[in-house]
Amino acid sequence: MSASTLILLVLGLGLAGWLVARSRAAMFRRAHGGKRIASLPNYHAWYAALWIVVPTLLFALIWAQIADNLVIQHVLASPAAADLPAFGMQRETMLAEARAVATGAAPGVFNPEAAALVEPFDEALTRYNIIGLVVTILIALAGGAWAFLRLKPDFRAHTRVERAVLGVLLIASLVAILTTLGIVASLVFETVRFFGMVNPIDFLTGVNWSPNPMTDGSNPDPERYGAVPLFWGTFFIGVVIAMIVAIPLGMMSAIYLNQYAAPRVRTWLKPALEVLAGVPTVVYGYFAALTIAPAIRDIAMSLGVQNPSSESALAAGLVMGVMIIPFVSSMADDSIAAVPQAMKDGSLAMGATQNETIKRVLVPAALPGIVAGIMLAISRAIGETMIVVMAASATARLSANPLEAMTTVTYQIVANLTGEASLDSASTLAAFALGFVLFLVTLVLNIIALRIVKRFREAYE
Amino acid sequence: MADIADSPLANQANKSLEHENIETGEPKMRARDVDVYYGQKKAIDSVDIDVYTEFVTAFIGPSGCGKSTFLRALNRMNDTIPSARVTGTIELDGEDIYASGMDVVQLRARVGMVFQKPNPFPKSIYDNIAYGPKIHGLADAKPDLDNIVEKSLRRAGLWEEVKDRLTDSGTALSGGQQQRLCIARAIAVDPEVILMDEPCSALDPIATAKIEELIDELRGRYGIVIVTHSMQQAARVSQRTAFFHLGNLVEYGHTSDIFTNPTEQRTQDYITGRYG
Ligand SMILES: Nc1ncnc2c1ncn2[C@@H]1O[C@H](COP(=O)(O)OP(=O)(O)OP(=O)(O)O)[C@@H](O)[C@H]1O
Ligand SMILES: [Mg+2]
Repeated sequence: MSASTLILLVLGLGLAGWLVARSRAAMFRRAHGGKRIASLPNYHAWYAALWIVVPTLLFALIWAQIADNLVIQHVLASPAAADLPAFGMQRETMLAEARAVATGAAPGVFNPEAAALVEPFDEALTRYNIIGLVVTILIALAGGAWAFLRLKPDFRAHTRVERAVLGVLLIASLVAILTTLGIVASLVFETVRFFGMVNPIDFLTGVNWSPNPMTDGSNPDPERYGAVPLFWGTFFIGVVIAMIVAIPLGMMSAIYLNQYAAPRVRTWLKPALEVLAGVPTVVYGYFAALTIAPAIRDIAMSLGVQNPSSESALAAGLVMGVMIIPFVSSMADDSIAAVPQAMKDGSLAMGATQNETIKRVLVPAALPGIVAGIMLAISRAIGETMIVVMAASATARLSANPLEAMTTVTYQIVANLTGEASLDSASTLAAFALGFVLFLVTLVLNIIALRIVKRFREAYE
Repeated sequence: MADIADSPLANQANKSLEHENIETGEPKMRARDVDVYYGQKKAIDSVDIDVYTEFVTAFIGPSGCGKSTFLRALNRMNDTIPSARVTGTIELDGEDIYASGMDVVQLRARVGMVFQKPNPFPKSIYDNIAYGPKIHGLADAKPDLDNIVEKSLRRAGLWEEVKDRLTDSGTALSGGQQQRLCIARAIAVDPEVILMDEPCSALDPIATAKIEELIDELRGRYGIVIVTHSMQQAARVSQRTAFFHLGNLVEYGHTSDIFTNPTEQRTQDYITGRYG
């Protein structure tokens, strides 16, 4: 029996319980001469339905996990299984084949040895299906009976249902949090494994990054896992170059939009700017790699620079800066708009010009929000992957020359995870350690930014 | 009208009569035939008014009659409202402030404004006062600036309360102190006229009394125009009163006359509270 029929069955039982409970509650009402009973019939109905559906579904979930194992055990215990190869792919294939035939998913076996296994498979599947079905129905009946016995005229079914709804909402909101925790846990786990092979101090302070996926295995040379050049590259591209582009342009466009633009211009320009934020980063990546990087190299060459890199930090940083502009400008725009008009009027009434008012009153008053926007933008920039994968280089280099090739944390995460090395070699695990560091940094930036924004909001409540 | 003449209002107005045997020179500001429009809507209809340095002028009238609108016309703060348009002439020392050669920035430095809700900048008390002098280049060195700050705060009667905490934020003061800070801020650029739009409406009676005292002290040095909803306040602080109704200037004259002997029925109805 398939999962969908099982679910339908459970829902059907639930519906039956719903109807029965409802009519029973309606009976209470009649018996009371139409007077009010503690809960509306509908709540009684939901109460019973939940008692039927929730435990059975829980059981079905668990059963789905264990039934599979039970079936395989049964098959392996059969005499026909004695001929199976002991380990490996072949054995798996045969089992899978026999199962496919037994469930009717395939017309016949390809491997003749598998044919003998079809029979035991069939047997086991039928047996455990029947067991599952019977238990499901028993649980449904038990749940329904339990609920039904508690239905009384003065039973407050609504508070129980209310609690069930609360539980559902709580679980829904926990999903995102739990997922995040899961991500962190897995990162931490792999990071700890990596730090078992490479001392964290070496990792965080070493200046030579050249993992060798082929030979490093689980006993790498810690000398080759110094991540400082990656941190530097990330900082230089994502914070220095990108912000040199994004902060002035973002601020100026925010001020223009907010203070100078005529309403008609604003209605066009603001969405146009926001489109920048919606461009897929892979497109920025092309643009950086195919247009900007060669252009920068040509310009550098014409200025007489020897051997400029075609994967310069400058190209990735510039394009990243453009990508970040909307983040900076929309936060700045919001915070400037949040400064009360009275403040602006106060300044203008002192005889300040528009420009002085913006510089000396509006921007300082909006500064916390602007700073928070910049921090969020930075955390975006250093976590940005596509642009650097396409436009930055694989070479780790500690240099302050923007025309040189540099690599970033995200670039190396991608490179090391998608490389040839097996999943538990040091070079792969290094990706998790890098990811963990990146995660911590962006987390801290975001927390600080949110706190600033919150304070700022309170200041103008 | 005998009933009005005996009212407490009239008594207060009579007291301010004592100030009135002052020689008046030329009016500081002179408005003639001023209309103000918001888009197509006429908010002020052909108003004539003179403002003297020697007197405090009060604008009274029911809500929405255009007091703020007219007040804002006097230092061109209406320019910040895109739909607003002013016609007629308003002169400051005989010079048309709406003439094309007029520098709005200079005008607003000469005609300052205090708003209904105290609006100190989110800067220190010191920087709040220093703001105007700095942008107008009134002080070359720090000692000059310190001087201006102290003088302005003293004039606004705030110095004793804040002299030890000049670096605290201006927004950390009480409402009444904030409003006096805003007055001090306006004084700091040494204006010729100060416009006040309901400066006490957000304040308690004690803070209000302090500001009224302050206005009385500032009279003579600055031309002062105050919009108020309180008849008592108008009677206490002003020597000239203008009564607005539905965008019209109904009556303008000596405060004592307006409160004891109004010529218009509408004025009398308003000041005796019979206005609907
Ligand atoms: N920015 C604006 N745009 C359009 N109409 C406006 C604007 N400001 C004021 N008005 C209108 O102009 C008229 C006069 O308003 P104004 O604010 O001058 O009244 P007021 O006498 O100051 O009232 P109050 O005593 O309530 O402050 C009102 O009808 C008002 O609706
Ligand atoms: Mg007003």
